Amino acid sequence: MRQILTPIVLVLLAVVLWRTVPMTAPEEISAIGRHFVEHGVAENRGANIVTSVIVNYRGLDTLGEVSVLFLSVAGAGFILRRRTGLTLETPTPASELVETGARLLFGPIVLFGAYIFAHGHLTPGGGFQGGAVVASAVLLLLLAERDRALAHNALGWIESLSGFLYVLVGLIGLALAGSFLSNKGILPLGAWNSLFSAGLIPVIYMLVGLKVGSELAALIDTMMHSGEPAATETEEARP
Amino acid sequence: MIVVDVLVCLAMVITGIAAIFQRSLLSAVVMVGFISLMVAYLFLRMDAPDVAMTEAAIAAGLTTVIFLIAIRRTEDTEK
Repeated sequence: MRQILTPIVLVLLAVVLWRTVPMTAPEEISAIGRHFVEHGVAENRGANIVTSVIVNYRGLDTLGEVSVLFLSVAGAGFILRRRTGLTLETPTPASELVETGARLLFGPIVLFGAYIFAHGHLTPGGGFQGGAVVASAVLLLLLAERDRALAHNALGWIESLSGFLYVLVGLIGLALAGSFLSNKGILPLGAWNSLFSAGLIPVIYMLVGLKVGSELAALIDTMMHSGEPAATETEEARP
Repeated sequence: MIVVDVLVCLAMVITGIAAIFQRSLLSAVVMVGFISLMVAYLFLRMDAPDVAMTEAAIAAGLTTVIFLIAIRRTEDTEK
């Protein structure tokens, strides 16, 4: 049955895409898009206009996206924590070379992730990308050392605190400048293309980066250790 | 450069169809990760480095690994 249905669905999808997706780029951008392009740099002093749009003009959407990620991680943790009897036979420990290499790479990768979300307003990338890079460093460490467990309390605190501060920053904008997550006149905008510029945008992106990184790290840890007897060790992730 | 783009798109379509008919779930997951990587390249070609980074980090990296963890905990071939 599936062998017949799959090609049919694929052909239908191809027809629909063929009819709906325009094959040429539109001649001009919409009025809102033009406003972002023309005033984005002047209003926020951020070198990366994409970040200005994501964190400032569409900041509420980003808050929603972060909440969606939080909900899905919480749901996965809730389901996976309760499973018992999934324990596999003890896996072969990684060789010393792999373990040492993973420990050596952990620091630089976390640093690179932090660089990506701290420079989100200057270069491509930002909170989500940097957070994913940080989580990949944690994943590398967990793959190399199978019995290492993360400190879930600390991760939870980082995650909740950054989410709380994100909303707080938004409310400060509401109180001082009259709109939620506003960037007008709260922090000095600074010089264009310097690290301390663009007002609140780097602050918010760092909070997003911390939140995404700790959430994904907790998710990976939950998935790798689900079904094992309750963790007795609460070792820190840092070597 | 347009030739490379067309080749990448063709490779994506072929890999996608091959992933559907693959019996080993491990190979299928790796193929889907390859498609995500190619999508990241296409985003980069369309001057969207932000989206390309997200695609490469989340779809090609984390999603693949999460699928691999899930497969290791279940059966690794299709019934």
